[in-house]
Amino acid sequence: MSAYLSREPISVDALIAQAATPECGGTCLFLGTVRNGPAESGVAAIEYTAYDDMAEAELQRIVADARERWPGARIALRHRLGRVAVGEPSIAIVAAAPHRAQAFEACRYVIEEVKHRLPVWKKELRADGTEVWVDPSGHATAGPPVRSLYA
Amino acid sequence: MTVRFFARYAELVGREEAAVFVALPATVADVVRRVREELPGARQLPERPLAAVNLKHVKLDARVGDGDEVAFLPPVAGG
Repeated sequence: MSAYLSREPISVDALIAQAATPECGGTCLFLGTVRNGPAESGVAAIEYTAYDDMAEAELQRIVADARERWPGARIALRHRLGRVAVGEPSIAIVAAAPHRAQAFEACRYVIEEVKHRLPVWKKELRADGTEVWVDPSGHATAGPPVRSLYA
Repeated sequence: MTVRFFARYAELVGREEAAVFVALPATVADVVRRVREELPGARQLPERPLAAVNLKHVKLDARVGDGDEVAFLPPVAGG
């Protein structure tokens, strides 16, 4: 489908191999997984949808931004689309860098930018058969809150 | 120009795409107004939605032109 979006389960090993080089002494892996905590009230899975072309372009921009900020860093990532069951990863980010500080920082940067600007939406599929769109802002009518979207 | 709707907005409007005509020069805000006036269900869209033009986030005062792809985006929830 694309470089960064996938309807298939994520292979973490493949992502680590993609980011690894002999120059990198630190590798940081972030996995975001579908949660069914006390606040989720019976989530069985999440259905992810995207503005595919824009999400792909936005991820390219995010990775390019990270490489500019941490020139030695190498980033590999996948974001799932479609139905993802509780406990399965919806996103995996691997940041490899010469030293651990850059790896942690680059990895954190990528997930925060994804949360902030990636045109992806999720619908909770509840165990009782109901479906609910997740609005992380809590304000469906609010505009974009942060200026870095337009940087 | 082409206007695209996603996720909850597509459900509210009952479609994922529409051809919309606005007099130029125009901004994204003009497109939002026209869509909310013309399309059944679009009144339920926010007056100031998150928007993109040609695959990039834009503010509502961004200019639009013929052939642009304008998208109305619900609050994003990736990751």
